[in-house]
Amino acid sequence: MVLVGLLPDRAPETMWNPCGNHARAAALDTDAVPGQIRGMHNDGSAEQALRLRIPEPVRGADPADRVRRHLSAAGEMRKPELDEKVERIAMMRKQLVRVLDDDGQAVGPWVPELKPDELITGLRDMMLVRAFDSRMLRAHRQGKTSFYMQCLGEEAIACAQQRALRPGDMHFPTYRQQGLLITAGYPLVDMMNQVLSNTHDPLKGRQLPVMYSSKSHGFFSISGNLATQYVQAVGWAMASALSSDTAIASAWIGEGASSEPDFHAALVFASTYQAPVILNIVNNHWAISTPEEFARGASATFADRGYGFSIPALRVDGNDYLAVHAVSTWAAERARSNLGPTMIEWITLRVGAHSTSDDPSGYRPTDEAASFPLGDPIERLMRHLTVIGEWDDERHQELAASINDQIATAFEEADSHGSVKAGNVSDPRSMFDDVYAVLPRHLREQRDQVGE
Amino acid sequence: MRSSPAICASSAIRSVSEMPAMTMIEAIRDAHTIAMERDERVVVFGEDVGFFGGVFRCTQGLQQRFGSHRCFDTPISEAGIVGVAVGMAAYGLRPCVEIQFADYMYPAYDQIVSEAARLRHRSAGDFTAPITIRMPTGGGIFGGQTHSQSPEALFTHVSGLKTVVVSNPYDAKGLLLAAIEDDDPVIFLEPKRVYNGPFDGHHDRPIVPWSKHPLGEVPEGHYTIELGKARVHRPGDELTVLTYGTLVHVAQAAAEEQGIDAEVIDLRTLVPLDVDAIVASVAKTGRCIVLHEATLTSGFGAELTAIVQERVFHHLEAPIRRVCGWDTPYPHAQEWSYFPGPARVGKAMREVMTA
Repeated sequence: MVLVGLLPDRAPETMWNPCGNHARAAALDTDAVPGQIRGMHNDGSAEQALRLRIPEPVRGADPADRVRRHLSAAGEMRKPELDEKVERIAMMRKQLVRVLDDDGQAVGPWVPELKPDELITGLRDMMLVRAFDSRMLRAHRQGKTSFYMQCLGEEAIACAQQRALRPGDMHFPTYRQQGLLITAGYPLVDMMNQVLSNTHDPLKGRQLPVMYSSKSHGFFSISGNLATQYVQAVGWAMASALSSDTAIASAWIGEGASSEPDFHAALVFASTYQAPVILNIVNNHWAISTPEEFARGASATFADRGYGFSIPALRVDGNDYLAVHAVSTWAAERARSNLGPTMIEWITLRVGAHSTSDDPSGYRPTDEAASFPLGDPIERLMRHLTVIGEWDDERHQELAASINDQIATAFEEADSHGSVKAGNVSDPRSMFDDVYAVLPRHLREQRDQVGE
Repeated sequence: MRSSPAICASSAIRSVSEMPAMTMIEAIRDAHTIAMERDERVVVFGEDVGFFGGVFRCTQGLQQRFGSHRCFDTPISEAGIVGVAVGMAAYGLRPCVEIQFADYMYPAYDQIVSEAARLRHRSAGDFTAPITIRMPTGGGIFGGQTHSQSPEALFTHVSGLKTVVVSNPYDAKGLLLAAIEDDDPVIFLEPKRVYNGPFDGHHDRPIVPWSKHPLGEVPEGHYTIELGKARVHRPGDELTVLTYGTLVHVAQAAAEEQGIDAEVIDLRTLVPLDVDAIVASVAKTGRCIVLHEATLTSGFGAELTAIVQERVFHHLEAPIRRVCGWDTPYPHAQEWSYFPGPARVGKAMREVMTA
């Protein structure tokens, strides 16, 4: 029996297909497909067999070209007024806000008002996150943690947005925004204790290593169920506005999880109530092994999704610290001015594996990071600082050494509390705490049976 | 904290006091009003609940009284309603939301199970979700399979949730106030067939209004009923009936029609469960049947049966019987063959008495 139309990506080249996803030109001779049935009308005329477009499961040989096709030059994009009508900035969902050009110059109307020392702080934030990730991956190889997820290549997005928002604002992150927490000054030792799931784990061994939570640092508890936090961020923002507060919320999601229903629920609520929320979509091009094409549908961009809800939506170079800071500031100002939500699609690349449980060699081109046209966020900011005369090798080595010391000192302390792998975990009876505000009878009875 | 008086069939003609008679809808509305007056963090929203006051009118007048920033309509998005409520609760509000029919809660299930129920635990108390999720539940209104389901077991199976099923106006007000004031997420199930009267399963008889029933007497002002406390609806010595919601009234009718001195326990809260009340009653009667409208297999009745077996086995003089909805989708035209009415319940009572 046939599966009518279940054919690989065969969209004709003439089809409007702005992301090129991907119009393999090969004309398909459906007659050649075994078992293909053609419907016949009574008058003998042939009816076209239906078919589906299944995106290629591998990005193919030209992933960088696909990104390049949608690049705008640095400085090219205008900066709209905060209250600009959504229709007038509609095309920004298909273009790309960039500030740093290939020579390291900051150009155009989006150049943020950041002093050199603030830029150096940004560089330090990103380097600290990268060094933290690197040490935690080593801890995994050393057998001290069960699991880790790095954000290699995506550091600018979380680090710059955290600096663009204020204490008191609340982020609803995914598992790849550790940059928010580190930039907010959360103790590295506490993060490491959680990664090691040891006796000093602030979440008492209840969560996976990277699913942090810290209300006082504006970091909502991470859920492994994707997209749930997106609509919660909208609810938090609504509550802030209902309470006549001035704090705003920031929702985070990966491009892959934007297929989930909660993403769409978040958009309709954010749009209906004009909630003071930033709707971030981090497009790192990969959902484990699945390329972005599956989540994006036939739209050209993920930012397109904002337009249907009249939410101003921008695509932004996510590896450009200055662009991330500038657009985050703009979106935050819109939210604080009661102008409603802003959607931002950050273009970046997941340089590493999805997690320590993943091996990407079977599904992605090996040279993808090297050929990625937006480069590396740390190198780009370094180049800019160098160009403006604020950075040199000596200062860089000094900063790198100080960060390495900071990480090493923190890890030494965390490591002294042991790890899950060595059996140094919180009292098993503590798993019954915090299920409810007050321990109910049935849990008390079950707790008494632990270790019997 | 006060508890409801035990209601005996013989006391059903208890003189009507000065207390106002309310339907369960009016009692729920009253609870909302009091909660919103006492605590400005309480916000109420859901589909049609704002301007119109809800399809069952349980939130009628709230928006007019408290303003649209305290009570408002939402898009048709159950995941959105509960997801937004979780975010609001994390901020510090106390949302009380309505899912229009329990049958519609499935899109919100991930937000209920993975988020609201576990937020306190997974953040080690850093964030909490003190939300109340109200849902009209159960059958008896010819609602077919999408307006009749009783999904309570899908909530009782989840750690971190409290699950309440109400059976009368007095309890509905006190339990709803307790739920809204509770620091944990509470699923608040309202059997829609008893919104307007104590339906005893005789669908072919005239409707009895709450104004003719002592549990329709609802005190003015604030009171709560502790979550986790059952109520003896009808005291008796021969047989224990463990049930909740609409079937409380069906059990009472069946006992009287069969001439069996059954003790009808209205559990009121399924999690946490009043195990002491169950044990005390079954130890006294030595016989037990378990009733609910929800489908039999893996229903909450299985949990009740296991608890009785584990804790009161040596007092049992007969096997425990369950009378529940059949394991089919809830039918439309065959509703009264599906609903565990007084005939099926009465038959089970007789069988357990003679076993």
